[in-house]
Amino acid sequence: MKEYLDLDPQGVEEPKELRTEVMTLNVGPQHPSTHGVLRLVVTLSGEEVLDLVPHIGYLHTGFEKNMENRTYTQVITYTPRMDYLHSFAHDLAYALAVEKLVGAVVPPRAETIRVILNELSRLASHLVFLGTGLLDLGALTPFFYAFRERETILDLFEWVTGQRFHHNYIRIGGVKEDLPEEFVPELRKFLEVMPHRIDEYEALFAESPIFYERARGVGVIPPEVAINLGLTGGSLRASGVNYDVRKAYPYSGYETYTFDVPLGERGDVFDRMLIRIREMRESVKIIRQALERLEPGPVRDPNPQITPPPRPLLETSMEAVIYHFKHYTEGFHPPKGEVYVPTESARGELGYYVVSDGGSMPYRVKVRAPSFVNLQSLPYACKGEQVPDMVAIIASLDPVMGDVDR
Amino acid sequence: MTWSYPVDPYWMVALKALLVVVGLLTAFAFMTLIERRLLARFQVRMGPNRVGPFGLFQPIADAIKSIFKEDLVVERADKVLFVLAPLLGVVFALLAFGAIPFGPPGSFFGYSPWVVNLDLGLLYLFAVSEMAIYGIFLAGWASGSKYSLLGSLRSSASLISYELGLGLALLAPVLLVGSLNLNDLVNWQKENGWLLLYAFPAFLVYAIAALAEAARTPFDLPEAEQELVGGYHTEYSSIKWALFQMTEYIHFITASALIPTLFLGGWTMPVLEVPYLWMFLKIAFFLFLFIWIRATWFRLRYDQLLRFGWGFLFPVALLWFLVTAFVVALDLPRTYLLYLSALSFLALMGAVLYTPKPVRKGGGA
Repeated sequence: MKEYLDLDPQGVEEPKELRTEVMTLNVGPQHPSTHGVLRLVVTLSGEEVLDLVPHIGYLHTGFEKNMENRTYTQVITYTPRMDYLHSFAHDLAYALAVEKLVGAVVPPRAETIRVILNELSRLASHLVFLGTGLLDLGALTPFFYAFRERETILDLFEWVTGQRFHHNYIRIGGVKEDLPEEFVPELRKFLEVMPHRIDEYEALFAESPIFYERARGVGVIPPEVAINLGLTGGSLRASGVNYDVRKAYPYSGYETYTFDVPLGERGDVFDRMLIRIREMRESVKIIRQALERLEPGPVRDPNPQITPPPRPLLETSMEAVIYHFKHYTEGFHPPKGEVYVPTESARGELGYYVVSDGGSMPYRVKVRAPSFVNLQSLPYACKGEQVPDMVAIIASLDPVMGDVDR
Repeated sequence: MTWSYPVDPYWMVALKALLVVVGLLTAFAFMTLIERRLLARFQVRMGPNRVGPFGLFQPIADAIKSIFKEDLVVERADKVLFVLAPLLGVVFALLAFGAIPFGPPGSFFGYSPWVVNLDLGLLYLFAVSEMAIYGIFLAGWASGSKYSLLGSLRSSASLISYELGLGLALLAPVLLVGSLNLNDLVNWQKENGWLLLYAFPAFLVYAIAALAEAARTPFDLPEAEQELVGGYHTEYSSIKWALFQMTEYIHFITASALIPTLFLGGWTMPVLEVPYLWMFLKIAFFLFLFIWIRATWFRLRYDQLLRFGWGFLFPVALLWFLVTAFVVALDLPRTYLLYLSALSFLALMGAVLYTPKPVRKGGGA
């Protein structure tokens, strides 16, 4: 105490200026809001994000390499495991690429079934997006509401495919088998309820002043930046760029359906959230139209090279037995060449680039995964925002880590 | 006018203090269950209903679990503060409850239904409830984790934003009643009508600030599960973590008991006056209201809480304080305050109804 009192007040050197230090914060790979195993190294000044570096690869599974050792039909087992939320998009994108390679003809009924399931899957994916996205903003309840509807959709999937997540239902040249009888009435029941539910969700958050405060003007990505960063899907359309693969490069007959492409104005978290709600309405519209044109008919390409013979035929036809055996042991041989078919998944442009060397297994498969490309814009959107905003921006870009790391 | 209150013997005060502590701890345990069950109802699910009838033994199971979990003290923590912080929080949270009266004198088996009758009751409550923030702040600081640090900084930041509004809002009733004694406040309301009618803006500010003080949605930023992974209690486990939960819930219960005491006539009721009953009903009402809010709202960002605290709570409380001071100083009829208070209520309703919603259904994104 005495020493302290003896100190000469003149002798104590005062700091010249007040200064602050930046802090490096490691977020993830285990963190409630990184939507999987995304790891971010964030440089913070207080709560302001100065810099952000995403580190990916924690969920790398080597699907693309594995596909080189599987026949074209077997690959479909892997595809839904990448984007497990909008799994039909991956099945479909892969099937479309291979069908283009072998020149398969998909019967109209199969096309329609694919569209129905793809849009249902998009609905389920957007529901998860909304539930978890709003949870990241601190609202607990929408999560459970969204998962209630998603549960109904997954039940429908289970009805059709026997699986809730990894369907393995789409085949090269069609779908595995026809829809069960009860499916269409159940789907109609669901379509009765869903639009009201969508209205409810929109009222729950889009009209909340706190949500407006939290999301408006946060994580803005201007259109030209979004294009330069390769952003696609709802996040690009939130910035006001009208690019939807279903309209730009139609596939599976999407050009024959009437639906709107909702566009945002500012490209902030608010727009990205709202765009998904609007897209859900459009998906419901598409499913309604698809149900109208669901005529009875075959669901697989009759070409015996691509499609194995129906089971009863094996009892009577030696030819059928041979084809059956060849199909399940060797698979079919597409001609040499390479194809890429873009599709619109819930996250953005999804395409499979498939190279064939004429063998029964792909020489190389490369997935243009929307989550991976969209993640590039995360550092741009987060700079200058705060930690709570960062969490909201991650959610609004809607990455699925399986899709990023593959 | 002044009221006089009987003084209880010391052994009775000690007994009542014990009763409050035990009662609050039990209430905490069952509040966790009630909150979870209610949230579940809001969220179309069942909630905990497996342990005992209606899940009634769930709190006991939770207590056993948290006691027997491994009690970790992280390597980088400041060991002393790390252990002390949760205790500090709980002790100060418990202290606040003692001054609240639950009925008229003599209604507790011939004794008074409060632990202490302090002439400076309100100041005491302030002092004690503000000390409780140290529990959170020190916990975050002592954990040696960056997430906890951010959480504790947030709790200090939100403290300075709601504290001013909270204090100023209470000055209006104090001016009207002319006493800091909680019993005086209740008795004055019994004779002159609820303070809610005289000071609606102060009530509003106080209720919001109390919500912030209990760190509940939409002001639960020190915890912020989705951002800070638990914030100040990220590094805590086992019974220490449970102590933080206890602190939070006791704050929550105390806030729900203080709002009626200060503004809704406490244990009194114009009709059908039964001691305790109305007090418990009023507490239950506010507990339910706060749980409802938690199920509905988003979390604010902390700079938004600062802006809200300084830009809304503080000016409204200050304005109403000045109005009340004006009326009291010039000795105008108190009914002026009734009219002004009603007017402010209508103004609020108008603002809520006629503020355009951010997005209209089907409008442009």
